[in-house]
Parts: sequence; C-alpha cells; structure tokens
Amino acid sequence: MSATRQFSPVAKLEQKTVVDLIQKGKRLDERGALDYRPLTIMLGTVEKANGSAYVYLGKTKVLVGIKVETGTPFPDTPDEGILTVNAEFVPMASPTFEAGPPDENSIELARVVDRGIRESKAIDLKKLCIDPGKKVFMVFVDVYVLDHDGNLIDAAAMAALGALVDAKMREFEVKNGELKYKDKMVPLPLLNHPVSITSSKIDGTIVIDPCLEEEQVMSCRLTVTTDKNDMVCAMQKGGLGVFTPDEIKQTVSISIGKARELREKILSKVN
Amino acid sequence: MRNDPSVQLIDNKGLRVDGRRLDELRPIKLEVGVLDKADGSAYIEHGKNKILAAVYGPREAHPKHIALADRAVIRCRYHMASFSVEERKSPAPSRRELELSKVIREALEPAIMSEYFPRATIDIFIEVLQADAGTRCAGITAASLALADAGIPMRELVAACAAGKIEGKVVLDLSDIEDKKGEADLPIALMPKTNAIGLIQMDGSLSEDEFKQALDLGTDACRKIYEMQREALKLKYHVAKEEIEEEVAEVKA
Amino acid sequence: MTVHAERKQLVAPGELLAEGPYFAGENTYREAGKIFSSRIGLADLIGNKIIVVPIKGAYIPRLDDLVLGRISDIGMSGWQVDICAPYPAMLPLSETPMHRGREGGRRDLSQILTVGDLVLAQVIAFDRTRDPLLTTKGRGLGKMTSGRVARISPAKIPRIIGKKGSMITMLKKETGTDIIAGQNGVIMATGRNPDQERVAVEAIYMIEREAHTRGLTDRVKAMIQEAMKGKTVAQ
Repeated sequence: MSATRQFSPVAKLEQKTVVDLIQKGKRLDERGALDYRPLTIMLGTVEKANGSAYVYLGKTKVLVGIKVETGTPFPDTPDEGILTVNAEFVPMASPTFEAGPPDENSIELARVVDRGIRESKAIDLKKLCIDPGKKVFMVFVDVYVLDHDGNLIDAAAMAALGALVDAKMREFEVKNGELKYKDKMVPLPLLNHPVSITSSKIDGTIVIDPCLEEEQVMSCRLTVTTDKNDMVCAMQKGGLGVFTPDEIKQTVSISIGKARELREKILSKVN
Repeated sequence: MRNDPSVQLIDNKGLRVDGRRLDELRPIKLEVGVLDKADGSAYIEHGKNKILAAVYGPREAHPKHIALADRAVIRCRYHMASFSVEERKSPAPSRRELELSKVIREALEPAIMSEYFPRATIDIFIEVLQADAGTRCAGITAASLALADAGIPMRELVAACAAGKIEGKVVLDLSDIEDKKGEADLPIALMPKTNAIGLIQMDGSLSEDEFKQALDLGTDACRKIYEMQREALKLKYHVAKEEIEEEVAEVKA
Repeated sequence: MTVHAERKQLVAPGELLAEGPYFAGENTYREAGKIFSSRIGLADLIGNKIIVVPIKGAYIPRLDDLVLGRISDIGMSGWQVDICAPYPAMLPLSETPMHRGREGGRRDLSQILTVGDLVLAQVIAFDRTRDPLLTTKGRGLGKMTSGRVARISPAKIPRIIGKKGSMITMLKKETGTDIIAGQNGVIMATGRNPDQERVAVEAIYMIEREAHTRGLTDRVKAMIQEAMKGKTVAQ
C-alpha cells in the first residue's frame, strides 16, 4: 500500500531560496537549467562481479554490480535470457533511508532502470539462450545507492549502463544441448545504450538533474529514457504535482537532445 | 572445512597461494570520510575485500520506544551486496548477516561511550561490496574509523583480524580459498590499549597450543592494524595543527 | 607528571594525552592515572586541565545556546522544533512573547508559527532526562522571515565566529549582510539582495571546508571581495 510521506525536512525559507533562484533563472549551485552536475564513472571496481560501475553525479554516489549466472527461462520466452534489476537504498546513503525490504521508491527506481534496458533491447537476450525451455543465462543488475544527493534514477541508470558495457562473461558454446565454456572472456551481447534524463518542475520551471534540495522543493519529476536511435523507450512521472501535455512534449524534446550528449559522455568515459 | 589434497595451500617454500608467508597480513588500504550524507564514514580494502562503513548519530531514536533512559542504543547492520560474492546472493538479509550484525555490534559497543547520549541512537552500517574472507573483521576496522569520523566519543578504536589453520599450520589472515579449504578460522576484534577482545569466534579444529598461537598471531595483527587506523585518521585531518597556530597568531596580530 | 601530547596535536580516540595530576576535561577521560582522548580533535592544556577540541560531532544542546531550528510539529501548548540534535526541542507557547491572552490549541498556535518556519531561539533547559526547552522571549529571537540558510558542522561554528568575533564581523562587513550563527550549526545570512546572501553562504561553506588551513581569514576576505566586485560591475 502506498502512503503520502511526511513533507520536506527543510525549512520553508530554505525552500523559498531555491524557488526564488529558479524564478531568476538560477540554481543553488550556479548550474544552468539544463546542466548536469559533474559526473565521474569508474568501471570494474568490483572485480568479482561480471561487471560494475561506480557513478558520482555531484555528491550522489551509486554502485551497480552485474552478475551473470545460469537459470531456467520464463515459460513464455523459452529462448531468451533473463534480465533482473534490483535496487537497494542502503541506509548509509541518507538519514531518511531505513533498513528493511525495498520500499516503493527503490522499487520504482529499479523498475524504471529495468524498463530502460529492457525496452531499448539493450541486451540481446536471445544470444543468452543455452537450451531453449531449459537453460538460459540470467543477468542480475544490482543497484546500490550509497550517497543520496538527488536524482538517483539517472545516476543508477548511468551506472547500470556503465556496468553493462564493462561486463564480461565466459565465452560459451552449446554442443548437443550442453553448455561448454571456452577460455576467453567476452562482453555481454549489447545492442543499445539507453540513457535516462530526469527533469523536475519547480514553480513552473523545468530543471534537469535535480540535486537533493531541488527534489525537496519540486512539485513533480519526469524521467525520459531514450535509446541510441533517439527513440523514447521508457518514461516515468513521479511526485504529487502535475504536468501539462505541452510541458511533457517540451521535456521529451529536450531530453532526447540531452540524452545524446550524455550518452557520448558516458561512453567516452567508459572507453 | 575439508582438507582438499588437490589444492596446495602452502608450497614447499612455505609460501601461500597469494605468495604470503604464514604470518603475513594481506595489503590493507584505509580511507576516512568518503561519503557526504553520513555523519562518519570509512572505506577499507583488505586483500580483495572492499567494504564501506558509515555511521549516523547520535540521532533521535525512531521509533521512540526503543530508546534507553541512560545511554544511546547502538544499532548495527552488516550486509553483503548481491554481487560481492562468487554466486550472486539475494539482497534479503540472511541468517549469517543477522548473526554478524550482532557480533560486530558487540565488538564495537564496548568502545563507544554511549552513556553520553541517553535516549538517542547511534547507527552503524557496513556494506560489503566485494568479499574475500575476513569481512566481519574488515568491517569492524572500517566501522571504528567511521565512528571516530562521526566525532562519537570512544574509549579507543577497535581493530580486527582473523587467524586460522591451513594444512596443519597456524596462519594469519585467511583469504577466501584458505577459509574454504582450511582447518580453522578464528576472527578476533581487539581494543589494543585496553588489551580487550570484543569479538572472538571460531569454527574448525584447533589444539590448545594451536589456539594460543593463533590468538597471539591475531592480536598482534590487530595492533598493527590499529596503527594503520590512526594513520588514516591523521591523514584525513592532518592540516588541523598548522591552522590553529596560524589562527591564534592572526588574531593576536 | 607528564604530558604526552603536544598542544594543538591531532589526537585520535584512545590516544594517551597525559599522566599524573591533571584534570580530564572535555572529550578526554581518565583511566588508571592516565588521561586519554575520547574523540578525534586537537589536544590542549588549559591551566591544569587537558581537553580535546573536537573536529566533528553532533550538536548537543547547552544552556543559553542560541539555535536556529525548524518547526516540525504543533502540539496543544507549544511547538516541536528540529534543532539538528539527537533530541527534538520544545518551544512552549508560554515562552514566546505572543502568549498573553492566548488560549493555545493547534489552530491558535499555527497562527503564530507553522510547520516549516525557521526560528531563532535560546536553550533554557536541557538535561539527560528530558528534551531541550527553548524560548523566543528575547531580543532578536523569533521567526526568521528572510535570508539564506547555511548548514554546517556545529564543531566549526567557533571558526565562523572567530576569536572575539573577528571572522563573523569580517563576513558581515564584506558581504553587507547580517549573519546569525546558531550553535547548532545552522546559520542565516540576510542581506538587501540575494547575491550578497549567496556570497555570504559561499564564504561560510569555504570556512567549513578549509577550517584548518593557513591564512584563512585573508583568503575568505579576498574571495568575497572578488565575488562582490563581479556583482557590482555587472549592474
């Protein structure tokens, strides 16, 4: 059951500062409305995982690890590998995170990141089939939020993309329905690079990549995920405020352009 | 623990699989103050272990009924990331993680001066990002630093390390393969100044002499690790001394 | 009778500071005739007393402290105030200048202060058995209506104020703002325009980051003058 949360732990005066600045076309940290905070991506930080990426987006820190293991396919997709995305809002990341099973926010984040990867067909799941109906590879994408300073969705999606690109698995072949591993490590069969862009609406103005103080003040947010062909593959509105259809169209348009920029940036850091 | 003849853990030069001598520690790297939101934090690499520890507190007790009248409640959560181990682990806390959370808390709590903060809580979070045996010890080492980094009053720091037995020989600081194939594992946490052991567990098989040998090996290593902890704290705050001299001089002028 | 740590030496918890007939002051403790540090900080000797000046730590209220807090709840006869301490503070209606002739009750109280308001208050009571009690009966105390907030570690507040107020006086003069620093680490900068307030807040964060470096006062002053210059030229 989803319930309204307590409102912001921040004084009204502090919220007013953010809004006043936005009205003047400024932001708390002097960024432009469409600017991302400084971005750092480190790959392969967890050697035992098949792939990993640690993202610093401003002060937000997210670590994604990927594990590839064998398992049974779903009955309706017997010849496809399985993608699972899970997110943990680690209690150390924020004074507001409590230990316990994933809450609605971490579940929403996991599912939005999942949708981006799945709908863009980023992983060629058919190439992960070992024995149709019996055995396939499962790709576990585990998102760990370690420090929360806003825009966890984009940081998580970037880290997921980085981890996917970083990931290696044993090269395999299927002989007479039997799985045989070869000696070489090969990358995952990737077909696409989804990028999510989150915009927040503050006092009627749309700003991209909200930091924590901006999230505490915003009325709502819109995450738009696009693939490398500029196709929109996932979208999610969050928060209690509302968007007009025009605002959404405008935001989508901006997001497509921004995603191109960000994709280039991520992939260049990754190579 | 089974003695697996197919894997030689100690070669004929007396060196272990990773080239270490029997009484040698794995390389340790410590960093203090790595997170922004947490009140205190520390990161440790101990061999291939990569562990993050963070502290919030003292802070208001939620829910109120857990609060104690005369001191702070210490809460500890030890958790392993799904990708931290060879075979992916479910994120839900396992019985092992719950047990470890308890013994870790019981190693750190004696060092914390919790009587300063009645009716409040001090929360310790340990997240294992990559595991290679000895995670509870590395977690305690990092958590001590995180507590100090949060400015929480402590009697002293707590350092931890494991000793054990492989192929009949008592050794220090087991790696993953040694833990899996060896004959005994003995994790220890020590408050070096007080010479007090706050955590000790064992599984395997040790004679009395072997046990004493292993205990000494472990506690000596804890003392070495304690020096590394102090270094890491000083490195983080080292410019402090110069400043105050300057400030006093400035104001006097 | 020996002192083991130098004055202003950086010490960690459990570090031996002195042996013999010294007094164990703040952030130290005595054991078996020896004095040890309990926190990370700078050791100092004041007369016969060994203390450690902490570098970090939670805000623990003290009597007479001025604090800036956020109203977090309204009760029947007062407000609950979040002062960034491990204990929520209480501001009773009777401790505000507006209490005469008022009956109390949530609706009445919310006319004076509502959830989210920022108040400057003074601590009038606090001990181990109960939460801190505040008052706004005093000059300058009460609801804050404008300005920009900075939140820093309470251990750095003395640095913001400076010896005999030297740092805070410089900040006010150079930025043209009025600055109120709560002992709990919350600071308000109020100026005629938001740019002045922003520069003041940036200076405060700069001091927090670089609290332990040489020539800080001069560098902060230079930073402010640069920033303020930029603004006037643009206009």
